[in-house]
Amino acid sequence: MELISPTEFAKDKVLAVQEYYQLSAQAVANLLRQPRYIADTLQQADIIGVGSLPIVVLTGFFTGAVLALQSSNTLQRFGSLSLIGQLVSESMVRELGPVLTGLMVAGRNSSGMASELGSMKVTEQIDAMRALGTDPLKKLVTPRVFGTVLMLFFLTIISDFVGLAGGAFVSGTLLGLDARQYWQNAWQSLAFGDIFMGLAKPVFFGFIVATIGCYYGLSAKGGTQGVGRATTQAVVAASVLILVVDFFLTRALMVMLPGM
Amino acid sequence: MASLPSPIAPPPPSPESRHIAIQFEDVSIGFEGKPVLDGISFELLRGESKILLGAAGSGKSTILKLVLGLIRPDQGRIIVLGHEVTEMTEEQLFDVRREIGMVFQESALFDSLKVRENVSYRLDEEHDISAEEIERRVREALRFVELENTLDMMPAELSGGMRRRVAIARAIVTHPEIVLYDSPTGGLDPVTSTTILELIAKQRDVYRSSSLMVTHRLQDALLLATHSFDSKSNQMKPIEPGANVNVRTAFILLRDGKIIFDGPAYELVHSTDPYIREYLS
Repeated sequence: MELISPTEFAKDKVLAVQEYYQLSAQAVANLLRQPRYIADTLQQADIIGVGSLPIVVLTGFFTGAVLALQSSNTLQRFGSLSLIGQLVSESMVRELGPVLTGLMVAGRNSSGMASELGSMKVTEQIDAMRALGTDPLKKLVTPRVFGTVLMLFFLTIISDFVGLAGGAFVSGTLLGLDARQYWQNAWQSLAFGDIFMGLAKPVFFGFIVATIGCYYGLSAKGGTQGVGRATTQAVVAASVLILVVDFFLTRALMVMLPGM
Repeated sequence: MASLPSPIAPPPPSPESRHIAIQFEDVSIGFEGKPVLDGISFELLRGESKILLGAAGSGKSTILKLVLGLIRPDQGRIIVLGHEVTEMTEEQLFDVRREIGMVFQESALFDSLKVRENVSYRLDEEHDISAEEIERRVREALRFVELENTLDMMPAELSGGMRRRVAIARAIVTHPEIVLYDSPTGGLDPVTSTTILELIAKQRDVYRSSSLMVTHRLQDALLLATHSFDSKSNQMKPIEPGANVNVRTAFILLRDGKIIFDGPAYELVHSTDPYIREYLS
């Protein structure tokens, strides 16, 4: 393995952050500029949203179910098994729904974007696009960013709901709780702040998933090996960034919305 | 040494005024600390063709990307059709690029689009051309490369030579002032290569566009310099000695990032420079 001097390493990292920032800022600014690629945006929304639906539903359902199962012992010890609806709903809506949906979509779509754009980069299709008078950021990045942010928002709502349904399934079939009591408890425990937090997060996570995937794809070099490397790096970076941003975002929202 | 093509003789003096299509002035560029082009200067006149020769890694393809403004030089000025592309923003460059067609090394067709959509891509992006006009021009461009029957095929269904021909159709669909060819015959069999060269000669002699062509195949370069396209028979024919035909095709030879030769075919093949002799042999 080739050794790189610490200065060169630091320079590379700073340059990467700068390029990522430029790409992200440009992707957002392009929303206000002509031409707008509506058809491409709808196509991306379909690929990201409808395509990710099965894994999001499965993940959400079984997360809610296992959450109910794991917490039932503890709650039973304190005689509070009836609060299981509250526990599942708050956990799913505030934290697990957005984070797990973000991670699932990152695994599926960051990698997809990195490999697709990476292949286009190494086969000179990105250069060809520029040579033919098209800005690849407008044509390729902005539709993916907008499509991912929009669809992750709705996917998170679906994930929250099926997570609650998973919890209801376990509560009803394995713990013998009344379904009506579960749903009432789950619904009444949710405050505005919980829902706001749960729906603000996917906007940030969607942005991370798409911009990271596009950044690594457009930075790919070195043939098919480079595309493979870009794909792996995109998934790792997007997943880690989601978890890091989740912590800071949660803290910021807790400060902004007192009483949460 | 490569065999000397029969009609190689000093071309008749060019009556054209010095209208410049592309001008490089002391252009240098390097990648990852390694110099690729080192202070090169040359001119391409309107209606003229220049063939860039040189060993692999000598910076031939880099020149084409610099012309398009896809990359920027570390030093020097590049003027394309009167615009200094080195000073222009990406948005401004899109207007200049409308006047330039580019055939990439591996065709670079958009593999998710049909042949029709690939060829019409630039016209679609203009947003102010009617669908009928786009269809007419796409068919015209595909007829030029004799691939009108592939309109609804995907690039993956085409052979390497057919992909290269579609790439030519995509490059010329807007009748650009300049056409850039990056190793258009690379990796193709001799018969397909000749077909591609015939198309390049046709574009040069029928539409009189300026062109820069990168190749490492000397025989292809000499073929283009010694043949002209005959519209009647729809094929290339050797230029007879004494014939009043000027295909205005010159050569640039690169070595270690510098231009070591810039001139017509007869000067190239008669050069006494040891490196050029070795290159030609």
